Amino acid sequence: MNQAEKEAYLREYSILKNQGKPFFPYIVAKDAVMAVVVMAVIIFLSLYLGAELGPKADPTTTTYVPRPEWYFFFLFEVLRVVKPPAFTPFATIGVPTICMILLFLLPFYDRSPERRIERRPVALVSGIAVILAIAYLTYEGAAAGSPNQVDMKAPSTLTAAQVKTFDAGKLVVGQSGCLACHKLGENGNDGPGPQLTHIGSKLRPAAIAQTLYNPTAPMPSFKGLAQQYPQKFNDLVGFLSELQ
Amino acid sequence: MPKLPAPPLPKSLKPKPKRPGEGNGNGNGNGAVGLSHPVAEAGVSAVDWIDERTSLSGGIRWMLFRKVPRGVNWFYTLGSATMFAFLSQAVTGVFLAMYYRPDATGGAYESMRYITDQAFLGQFVRGMHKWGSSVMVILIFLHMARTFFFGAYKYPREMTWIIGVVLLILTMAMSFTGYLLPFDQRAYWATIVGVNINGTGPFIGPYLSDFLRAGPEFGATTLSRFYAIHMLLLPGLIIALIGAHLWLITKLGISAPPWLKGEPDPELEQTEV
Ligand code: HEC
Ligand code: HEM
Repeated sequence: MNQAEKEAYLREYSILKNQGKPFFPYIVAKDAVMAVVVMAVIIFLSLYLGAELGPKADPTTTTYVPRPEWYFFFLFEVLRVVKPPAFTPFATIGVPTICMILLFLLPFYDRSPERRIERRPVALVSGIAVILAIAYLTYEGAAAGSPNQVDMKAPSTLTAAQVKTFDAGKLVVGQSGCLACHKLGENGNDGPGPQLTHIGSKLRPAAIAQTLYNPTAPMPSFKGLAQQYPQKFNDLVGFLSELQ
Repeated sequence: MPKLPAPPLPKSLKPKPKRPGEGNGNGNGNGAVGLSHPVAEAGVSAVDWIDERTSLSGGIRWMLFRKVPRGVNWFYTLGSATMFAFLSQAVTGVFLAMYYRPDATGGAYESMRYITDQAFLGQFVRGMHKWGSSVMVILIFLHMARTFFFGAYKYPREMTWIIGVVLLILTMAMSFTGYLLPFDQRAYWATIVGVNINGTGPFIGPYLSDFLRAGPEFGATTLSRFYAIHMLLLPGLIIALIGAHLWLITKLGISAPPWLKGEPDPELEQTEV
């Protein structure tokens, strides 16, 4: 906006303002009605949905699939969509940071004096696109299954002892929330982590254990599990390395 | 005795002028209880006493009796609704803080258990705080959408918008830090993953997650750090910035709906001087 446009705006605004009503009591009354509605909704949600408290936090195992509050689902979903690990930082921090910078600078790159949305096609389209994208990602994030069970048959080539490890490790994987980020056969979510269906043919057991000790973010470390329940940890590694 | 100016009330709320012959006989006929009435006088002189020392009435009048442009509709209530949701969070949060112990090694989870299962109305207050956060996040996004689609971020309200974006980030940070506090499985693992995600960020990422964890590992001090950030640092910043936001709004005036054209009052145009 140049100086003339600024002055034109201020002139027009002062006319509209003079034709308006005082803040008190007109606007205050509307705001108060809205406040009552907000309060009623919060009280209703609290009474109707309550607040549950899950089992106590246990660093040695995650019997819970790590899931954020619903309004962070869309961020988690961005992570899931952007697959290659090289791009993970881009997805986790890059996308939100770019969005925030774009939001911050909005008044500086959108400098036209036009305010009616039907005459701001770029703003209209990008605004609606952002809303649809967030709605879609939130929906996908909410729909992404969080089963804590792995449904896989041990390959027939294994010995009886190996089958035992396989079944024990399968349980640990289910309990530990790996499925939130990994796909094993038909189970779990394809991303943000890579598929583990054939991990045994890609990594040796020691390498798998190393990954579980010192993973690359965002995967949590399962060092606690290894220290507290070495047996479970070994079953886990054994199971993964049997996935040829 | 100085008289406070009459507020610009709508007609129906204004005290009716007394009919001749009615009234308290002081003859001014404006129907207000005469200032000689001792009770009224006590009230006015108390207000007066404060005003003489603080000069607050000017500011309050500036805030309350400013004009709001023609055509302001219900979408304009979203900002104050957000503020109201924040106030609700503040009040319920104070009650939760009376029982909560930020002690990871035993205490945090147990105090949440106590609040949820035993404290009087504990689960209700906790539910209000929990769902209130969702309501506030929804309202803040709706309010942002309103200002975006109405072009309200344009000249001269750019600073209002920028402060708003900071408020948005702080609100999201509030819900992130609050999520850990119940210290159940979901809270713990979601936060580990969240902090790890922070850690992948370029440049400051690793420092930020070290700061959040209070060290390279998720330890006993992590919880108290999250608690301090959640109930002291962020709310303080949010309150200060809401104050700045509101000050700018009052100073600049709320934008008019963009579809209205401001034509000078035809009566004024026609009046011959
Ligand atoms: C929060 C999401 C998340 C969770 C939960 C998670 N992982 Fe991961 N995992 C990842 C990501 C992302 C990678 C990729 C990191 C990389 O390649 O740098 C990964 C990589 C791996 C790898 C190496 C794969 C390869 O091809 O190099 C293994 C093995 C693995 N995870 C096993 C597990 C197991 C077992 C569990 C459960 C005990 C688990 N993960 C839980 C996100 C997760
Ligand atoms: C804690 C969060 C917030 C609170 C309490 C708050 C409060 C308010 C209030 C009460 C108004 C008055 C007009 C109205 O209600 O629409 C307002 C206006 C405004 N807000 Fe916010 N707001 C918040 C967050 C935001 C965010 C996230 C943005 C955008 C990024 C934003 C941008 C604006 C702008 C540009 C105006 C001026 C609108 C106009 O003049 O028409 N605010 N805010």
